[in-house]
Amino acid sequence: MGRYIVQRLLQLVPVFLGTTFLIYLLVWALPGDPFAGKCGDRPCPDAYINRMREEFHLDENVVVQYLRYLGNLLQGDFGQTFSGTSVGELIAAAYPVTLRLAIVALVIEAVIGLLAGVLTGLRSGGFLDNLVLVSTLFLISVPVFVTGYVLQTVLGLRLGIISPTVSADAGFGELLVPGFVLASLSMAYVARLTRTSIAENRQSDYVRTAVAKGLAPHRVVGVHLLRNSLIPVITFLGVDLGSLMSGAIVTEGIFNIRGIGGLIFRSIALREGATVTGVVVLLVIVYLLMNLLVDVLYAVLDPRIRYV
Amino acid sequence: MRARRAAAWTAVPLAVALATTACGGGGESGGDGAAESGVTISVNGTEPENPLVPGNTNETGGGKILDALFSPLVEYNPQTAEPENLVAESIETTDSQVYTIKLNEGWTFHDGTPVTANNFVRAWNYTAYSPNGQQNGSFFSHIQGYDQVHTEDPDGTAGPQTAPEPTAQEMSGLRVVDDLTFEVTLSAPFAVFPTMLGYRAFSPLPDLFFTDRAAFEAHPIGNGPFRFVSRQPNTNVVVERYEQWPGAPKPSIGGVEFRFYESAEAAYADVVANNLDFIEIIPPSGLAGNLYETDLAGRSVSRTYLGVQRLGFPLYDPRYQNPQLRQAISMAIDREAVNQQIFGGTRPPADGLVAPDVPGRVPGQCGDLCTYQPERARQMFEASGFQGPIELTSNADAGNREWMEATCVSISNALGVQCNFVPVTTFGEIRTAINARKMDDIYRTGWVADYPSIENFLNPMYRTGASTNDGEYSNPAVDELLARADAAPSIEEGNALYQEAERMVIQDMPAIPVYFQSFQAGWSERLQDVTVTPFRELDLESVTVAAQS
Repeated sequence: MGRYIVQRLLQLVPVFLGTTFLIYLLVWALPGDPFAGKCGDRPCPDAYINRMREEFHLDENVVVQYLRYLGNLLQGDFGQTFSGTSVGELIAAAYPVTLRLAIVALVIEAVIGLLAGVLTGLRSGGFLDNLVLVSTLFLISVPVFVTGYVLQTVLGLRLGIISPTVSADAGFGELLVPGFVLASLSMAYVARLTRTSIAENRQSDYVRTAVAKGLAPHRVVGVHLLRNSLIPVITFLGVDLGSLMSGAIVTEGIFNIRGIGGLIFRSIALREGATVTGVVVLLVIVYLLMNLLVDVLYAVLDPRIRYV
Repeated sequence: MRARRAAAWTAVPLAVALATTACGGGGESGGDGAAESGVTISVNGTEPENPLVPGNTNETGGGKILDALFSPLVEYNPQTAEPENLVAESIETTDSQVYTIKLNEGWTFHDGTPVTANNFVRAWNYTAYSPNGQQNGSFFSHIQGYDQVHTEDPDGTAGPQTAPEPTAQEMSGLRVVDDLTFEVTLSAPFAVFPTMLGYRAFSPLPDLFFTDRAAFEAHPIGNGPFRFVSRQPNTNVVVERYEQWPGAPKPSIGGVEFRFYESAEAAYADVVANNLDFIEIIPPSGLAGNLYETDLAGRSVSRTYLGVQRLGFPLYDPRYQNPQLRQAISMAIDREAVNQQIFGGTRPPADGLVAPDVPGRVPGQCGDLCTYQPERARQMFEASGFQGPIELTSNADAGNREWMEATCVSISNALGVQCNFVPVTTFGEIRTAINARKMDDIYRTGWVADYPSIENFLNPMYRTGASTNDGEYSNPAVDELLARADAAPSIEEGNALYQEAERMVIQDMPAIPVYFQSFQAGWSERLQDVTVTPFRELDLESVTVAAQS
């Protein structure tokens, strides 16, 4: 197991180099000059463009630029935006917010989704089952921005229960509603996934054996059934956590959450290469680590899966 | 076995728990800035695109903050946009070429140092000096000696050559007489010059800027009614009232938080819920069916500002060189229908090149040529012999798609020719094509005044080789008339000549004026005496906050 993890961690290095280079190249190859649209409807003065190009080394070969960027990155310097703000500072301010939102969303989708899935999986065909099926179908078919605006308008503007936007602090309490919006889609998937998985495994031999040898129902479900049924759900939640941590542009935009999604969206629009690459580097690492975590969890859940 | 079972039990929450521990501190609290006197209000804003230096900012995000931090020589009346002396005690000239500017006594920068003539002259020289690469350098082009401090790149920014080193560091037309007086000599008479002085590029800079620029950028020091307190990237900039500000009226509010929002929709929702005090951009969701008028009953306003929206022709493309064709397309646009259907009647159809409220403007300059006349347009269009479909292009990311498509439909119906709207992803992309003179479609091009004068709507766009003459329009008669207008001894005589030039330009129709810009602003229930300037900014000096009941 230890060796396996080390191996996986070592694999991060080439992936890291490859993705950063690709991203750097892609930002660099975006159509349009980064300074062309910066002066409104008039062309920017040549002197300004020349000074900015020189300051940000944009007139050099892209490979040289990349190596310079990488060198600075290894020293912990993420570079600067065109307005002179440190990219490291921007990420440090935005990332904790995104993390908190991701955690809130994940807890909501895991708790509600699993609960609904287990209950309906055990008693399929009943009223509760139909209710969950219909409501999850509804959640799946409604886009996130609709859920977001409806909740913001109803809870925030009409009823005044919550503040329509999240403050700069973005505490856990404020993130409950945005987290729910963000989680709504995945929650429906988790519920359906768990339900199917449980319903399937309920018929299997080991469950019948467990029941036959007289185990209490909660032991049968909790220890035997759930543990075997959770593997697809864990896979889904792991991948979902990865994407939650890479920011949520739509939800962040609606509730004014100053997270990583909005940061990367604005940076792409402004062609801030340093910010885009910096954030993406971080996201790649997070994604890879999340996948590693999920793979390790498999082994814990199912003893038959072993890593050497 | 037991251990493994325990592990299985913890497996599900583990993913959550691991992530939870990864969550460290968190964002610092937003700068509420304890209000010692007066109340701090919050105003919608966007992250400044450049360091907060007046000579290097001409976008609205940084601009509105700088306008609170700096006071220029003249200010524009928040209602009429007429220039009035502020830091200047007097601006005198006999020939519109040599100006003697006297400063009022008692003005200080926020670090306590006095505002002297030297601070203006050094700041202007710095901004104009081309190796400093300031965005607003070209505003000084009227001053004598500008050619020596500002050199152009001979083959553009893309070419291998670089701009030659300027031969001088300072413009010969600027001369400090004493601490409170300086003299400006222009290279040619220019009657509108005093009006220009209210633009932020003409702000003074404190000595600190020249000794320690990094310190200045981290903590900008101006001479305006508000001084800088704090800045949190992507979150806000907070300023507080500067008690020693000698201007009038003195602000009644204690400070301003310029709060940066992820989207206009979020900012709007906050104004409706009274979490944000002022917004000058109502998002489309609020404009639809004029919803904002009920959401913000009694606390919103809609008015035009100093901007015009145009469709520009790339005149370097031989297909567009016939003025009859350009006039025909102008007359094929049903401006009123576009206004009613797309903008709910808020953006008046353009009847000239100059926006409403601009000093020197006369209405109806475009006359027939901006009136919807499908039959006449069709005749002229057919006579022009234009081949192939008409294509309009614009960046589609800023609410331009709808009216461009409606305009296209109108053109198509009137002329009986196919008209396509070709969206481009970003503004930067379209500007790149325009700057490189590689545009081959008719393109959207707006203009918002830098300073309130009819001159600002003509010279930069229609003079041969002018800074924003993107279509390469050139008419020697127009050039000559504009030059005479610039040199007129008084603003009134100049304006008459500018108006004549405007009519002449319209006959050539190098760009079609479509509508005049308007904005819709809203504010919270606690704000009173709200004046929104024609520059689309809240007048921070006159606004007050209602007493808490």
